[in-house]
Amino acid sequence: MNGKSCVRCGNKAQLKRPKTGELICKECFFVVFETEVHETITSSNLFSRGERVAIAASGGKDSTVLAHIMKVLNDRHDYGLELFLLSIDEGITGYRDDSLESVKRNKEEYQLPLEIVSYEQLYGWTMDAIVAQIGMKNNCTFCGVFRRQALDRGCELLKVDKMVTGHNADDVAETVLMNVLRGDIARLQRCVAIVTHDESGGYIPRAKPFKYTYEKEIVMYAYFKKLDYFSTECIYSPNAYRGFARELIKDLERVRPQCIVDIIRSAETFQFDTVNIRKQVISRCEKCAYISSQKICRACVFLEGLNSGKAKLSVFESEGKTQKSKARRVEEEEKVERSKVSILNADW
Amino acid sequence: MKVKVEFSGGLELLFDKATRLTVDVDEKTTIKDLIAYLKQNHLKEKPELFMSGDSVRPGILVLVNDVDWELLDGADYKVEPNDNVVFISTLHGG
Repeated sequence: MNGKSCVRCGNKAQLKRPKTGELICKECFFVVFETEVHETITSSNLFSRGERVAIAASGGKDSTVLAHIMKVLNDRHDYGLELFLLSIDEGITGYRDDSLESVKRNKEEYQLPLEIVSYEQLYGWTMDAIVAQIGMKNNCTFCGVFRRQALDRGCELLKVDKMVTGHNADDVAETVLMNVLRGDIARLQRCVAIVTHDESGGYIPRAKPFKYTYEKEIVMYAYFKKLDYFSTECIYSPNAYRGFARELIKDLERVRPQCIVDIIRSAETFQFDTVNIRKQVISRCEKCAYISSQKICRACVFLEGLNSGKAKLSVFESEGKTQKSKARRVEEEEKVERSKVSILNADW
Repeated sequence: MKVKVEFSGGLELLFDKATRLTVDVDEKTTIKDLIAYLKQNHLKEKPELFMSGDSVRPGILVLVNDVDWELLDGADYKVEPNDNVVFISTLHGG
């Protein structure tokens, strides 16, 4: 049925590489996939020997492949890293409880210590309880703010030097596009950085070893290696805004697969007018001491609202405005919709 | 002729959680025909998450006997008896 051969070894080809268009067999694919991630890690100096590194593990495809490959490369190339799995339990029945089972299987398979930090233990609220109170409108905003902080708290518990996330090239290209579409120049500049951290050292640096790795190859790798991952969309996620950008990228990829890496390269090469980019001033939250650009961090503002039953209002308060005409409020709601997306990607 | 079909990456949820099916199709059936057949006979919900036009939605990978359909003729590939056709969604979070 197929007479095409692998460009590297001449055996039967099984995969067309989106980045290069090369035809390649399964065994050579494993080699180039692993080698390219290794090259990304070494050329960007992502780690130093002796570091403790947390792998943000959701049980989904990207983080499952990331955990596998970090383990393989750390052993093969003797990076000298101490690896940990870090998962967040948002308290979403039928979604996170199932995906955490897949993380627990990864823990056994790769023999890595696992830390699970739950919203319930940190904040006293599960997402199920939050949605029961506030409905499905701003729930992703809450979840995004809470998750970001929970990951940092988990890193503190594990005393790690860095965290790696499974964000892949498709995710980065989507984010570049979204930041262009909403004119968010500050985030546009940050989102292509392979390591993000704030200058004051307020939170643990986050790195993306899959920055140049195509989603197609991650899924193919998981399929051919028979890796055990969980794939169900969050039951509370409306997934609208990012969904559009995602679909656009996937449509473009079908016509010209190189576009994904080209979008990233473009953003890396942009010259920014740094004078006019608003720099965030980072300080500490007066309530919980978490890093924040406001006196009280967003998580604490949300929690106060939840605990006093005024959660819906607190979403608006956190934007710094409370008294609004109806028209203004509609506009503000749209802004919150947009910030949902940006909060979910606050580390970009 | 009999053809084996597999769903993963979340697509199985659209097919009543079926991860494997064996279907009986005519000779000269292409992948495009097979997609239409699956929609007609097995898809339970949200066809827009499986299909786009007369093919699968971009972001769904297709393999025939563990070979990327991009190496074959894509949607025009004619399935053969006992072929194993795998549909994998890449669209779910990771």
